[in-house]
Amino acid sequence: MYEVIVIGGGHAGCEAALATARMNHKTLLITGNIKNIADMPCNPSIGGSAKGIIVREIDALGGEMGKCADRSLIQMKMLNSSKGPAVRSLRAQADKITYPKVMLETLKSTDNLEILEAMVKELIVENKSVKGIILEDDRIIYSKVVIITTGTYLKSDILVGSTRTRKGPHGEKTSNYLSDNLKILGFTIKRLKTGTPPRIDRNTIDFSKTRVENGDSNPYTFSYDNDIYYDVDNQIPCHLIYTTPTTHQIINDNLNKSSMYGGLNDIKGVGPRYCPSIEDKIVRFSDKERHQLFLEPESIYYDDIYLQGFSTSMPVDVQEKMVHSLPGLENAKILKYAYAIEYDAIDSKQLKLSLETKVIENLFTAGQINGTSGYEEAACQGLIAGINAALKLENKEPLVLKRSEAYIGVLIDDLITKGIMDPYRMLTSRAEYRLLLRNDNADMRLTEYGHNVGLINNDRYNKFLLKKEAIKNLIKELKTNKINPTEMGNNFLRDLNTAEIKDSITLYDLLKRPEIKIYSLKNMFGKYSNDVLEQVEISVKYEGYIKKALKDAEKFNELDSKKIPSDIDYSKIKNLASEARQKLEIVRPTSIGQAMRISGVNPVDISLIMIYIKKEYFYDRK
Amino acid sequence: MNDTIAAISTPLATGAISIIRVSGQDSIKIANKIFIGKDLEKVNDHTINYGHIYDKKELIDEVMVSVMKEPNTYTREDIVEINAHGSIASAKKILELLLKNGCRLANPGEFTERAFLNGRIDLVEAEGIMDIIESKTEKSLSLAINQLNGNTSNKIKNIRKKISDIETNIEVNIDFPEYDDIEVLNNDIIKPKLIEIRKDLNKLLLNSKDSQIIKNGIDTVIIGKPNVGKSSILNKLLDEEKAIVTDIPGTTRDIVEGTLDINGIRLNLIDTAGIRKTDDIVESIGVKKSISLIEKASLIIMVLNNNTEITKEELEILNKIKNKNYIIIINKIDLKKNINDNNLKNVIYMSTLENKGFDELKEAIIKMYELDKINTNDFSYLSSSRSISLIEKAIDSIDKSINLIDELMPIDIVEIEINKASELLGDILGINYKEDLFDQLFSNFCLGK
Repeated sequence: MYEVIVIGGGHAGCEAALATARMNHKTLLITGNIKNIADMPCNPSIGGSAKGIIVREIDALGGEMGKCADRSLIQMKMLNSSKGPAVRSLRAQADKITYPKVMLETLKSTDNLEILEAMVKELIVENKSVKGIILEDDRIIYSKVVIITTGTYLKSDILVGSTRTRKGPHGEKTSNYLSDNLKILGFTIKRLKTGTPPRIDRNTIDFSKTRVENGDSNPYTFSYDNDIYYDVDNQIPCHLIYTTPTTHQIINDNLNKSSMYGGLNDIKGVGPRYCPSIEDKIVRFSDKERHQLFLEPESIYYDDIYLQGFSTSMPVDVQEKMVHSLPGLENAKILKYAYAIEYDAIDSKQLKLSLETKVIENLFTAGQINGTSGYEEAACQGLIAGINAALKLENKEPLVLKRSEAYIGVLIDDLITKGIMDPYRMLTSRAEYRLLLRNDNADMRLTEYGHNVGLINNDRYNKFLLKKEAIKNLIKELKTNKINPTEMGNNFLRDLNTAEIKDSITLYDLLKRPEIKIYSLKNMFGKYSNDVLEQVEISVKYEGYIKKALKDAEKFNELDSKKIPSDIDYSKIKNLASEARQKLEIVRPTSIGQAMRISGVNPVDISLIMIYIKKEYFYDRK
Repeated sequence: MNDTIAAISTPLATGAISIIRVSGQDSIKIANKIFIGKDLEKVNDHTINYGHIYDKKELIDEVMVSVMKEPNTYTREDIVEINAHGSIASAKKILELLLKNGCRLANPGEFTERAFLNGRIDLVEAEGIMDIIESKTEKSLSLAINQLNGNTSNKIKNIRKKISDIETNIEVNIDFPEYDDIEVLNNDIIKPKLIEIRKDLNKLLLNSKDSQIIKNGIDTVIIGKPNVGKSSILNKLLDEEKAIVTDIPGTTRDIVEGTLDINGIRLNLIDTAGIRKTDDIVESIGVKKSISLIEKASLIIMVLNNNTEITKEELEILNKIKNKNYIIIINKIDLKKNINDNNLKNVIYMSTLENKGFDELKEAIIKMYELDKINTNDFSYLSSSRSISLIEKAIDSIDKSINLIDELMPIDIVEIEINKASELLGDILGINYKEDLFDQLFSNFCLGK
């Protein structure tokens, strides 16, 4: 018998299964098609603003995505480097052949983990607790916990023009029964939608009409293992083009043929606001003369070029015209047509912060089924669901990351507390304390947790401790070493293009000057690695703001530590606004802080709850 | 919140009428127990009913009772208001009876708190109500009402919108860095926008400070040596304005000898007991005490005698007031001029006997405080000191963000201060939640509303 069954082998499922197996729980990963393990059905990239930091966090906790991406990337960039330390983030072009291959190898070589190719029909539930699953061929498999990570495969429909086909991504088999079963079990089922652009044959593109977009010349990795696998000097470039007036004309002329604009009249799915289709962009921003498109290579092993920014649900003949109106693509051959996909998801407000469902015990969900969009968002939920499923099996408290600790904490809290309307994508602005949640310090924030649950091995942990020590030492050195107002001292400052001094100054204070970079002091601190130097530079330069953020976060966390009794009866609190009452009833927040973040729950409602807990709750319970 | 509260809603002073307000689910039932007249539980909603309040068989007062049923009331609960015609004593007696029959004495500001908690008013409005309660002149009443109309809220919302427009643009730049066709808000573009926002906030702050004057009046002290004519000046001012002369505590916690209305602005004439009676302030309490009065006051009116030379004590005081708002009255110009006024500024020549100089005095005050420029119609302000201090903090944050730009800090650091400003403005509007905010706010309310 298995302890854990993971349904779905996408980015969430892989992380979940690896986590439980590595935490020594016998795990079965069930996938509809083993060839699609860790598939990237949409863009060939990993990371991006905020998302790149999530990958770093996954790595710090002992997840796989960062390592796997490092082994498969063909181009790497540090985004936002000029916009400040808090918002820097990595983005890679990942090879769509290599990434799934590396992930599958990892899964296969992991102890306690088996993979089964099958479709799940139903959950076995007794006394509101999950006991196993029934496959579509009626086989029964028992387990102690089940993690559902089905992505877009629940009752998915592929939409192209006026056609609707019951299929998964790439025309794969879809799961027809599981979402009905979930509905019967008490879950609210939502319909969401997303889309993907056409793929173009690289050999038919005239790249001379495009602008080359190269990777960064500095080497980077997602993983704190810091192993560089890609050829930094020979990265595969992307190319930039713009839509033309003809493109816009074609789209406007054929608008009613798009699935979303009348081609189909039964669309219920809500699409992501942050990833509109090209027809959406042209309708909603009609004053914009052109839209940016990126030509991204999917793999070095085949010819598909992903046309980022051009997702559409137009019929194929219109897609042909649209593509041929683009510069450089006049004679392009479309290898795969764009499509929109509609799928079922559950209401994430029915989950606990551990990602266990409130409806069925020992059942966890992660990824797109929870209403998110994006590989990274899925992977981090899979990891947390896996960790918490394992902790549950071990009768331990779940790992719940705070909003001030990780983007992962922000993401899960948002899902559970606020719920989602459209597919949720992580943005840096969703985090209150992004100066704390940086790309450079994910290891400092989370390695300890990863080690505690057993996903960070001793080697890696020791490396982390050494880095921590080095940071401490470097700060000490900066504070004790001074530059004196001698001729030599001032010559040194003049060379650095900074103001001369009359009194001696510590290197620590010197580093606070905006124009001073730690790399200009590097020859004094050659023994320290670049990531140590970077982290120290940030923590010195922005010390005041980091301290302030820490203080604010502490206050914030205090509200999160104000617990709301789990058996609170909201109907007994007089004068609660009915919208607030309903939402509180659904979310059942565990703390005042969480309650405050529920949309539709106003300050007034919060004070009523607090007054009630203070004055009447204990009385009511007697 | 399910108990019924009561309090005397009018000032504890002898006026034409006192109102005792009751709010809560049992308010009508309880009022009915002590009222002889129509059956209040059967009268129509929103009616005024004539009758008497009895304590058992003893007649307490002849009253009019308003019955207003929820939800169309101030607190959105059942409200009864008893208009009593008698003395403070009878109002207190009625309150006592209500408490005996099941009401709880309202905490300071609790009616407004309930109105707020029941969603009838937002925070800015709640603060405005506090101002209506305390408003003592016509202009400050219209100020308070103006605020209730959401005028101020709108101004703040507009400024906040300008800030969030910047925030949103920065966020788009950060979260979608690959889009080079979206305007990238770098520090050079943001700076002028921030300077404009700062201007808006400053205007609001200045207006708000004016509104403090409108609301609280100008604390004024009249000083001068014996027989210089202080009491006649004061009495003349007060008589003319028919101001109410009371001993109620003023905003400075000093005794307010009287208040007078200039252009709708209240002048609080502060003093220790009685310059009107003794007229010998410099002599009896000495220069030292005069100086401490000068420090407390916002406006000093120093009275000198046209007929005599300036004394050493007077010189000492003149020296003390030179950095304050002051007006010098040279009185008794009907007598021979012996004073050397060459070096004096802000001088008004006056004769109480011949009724000369009073208009000039008022003009001088109006000019000094630019009272004629305070226009309550086109005017947005925050009248509570909490809101004003929040605006000040928001300005500080905007200043800091501008400084950070000058220090070449990256945009994500600059944005921290911009966010802060937006959050502070949200605090004024009650959009963000702060735990103690409400306790703090509502304990600032006067009892009974």
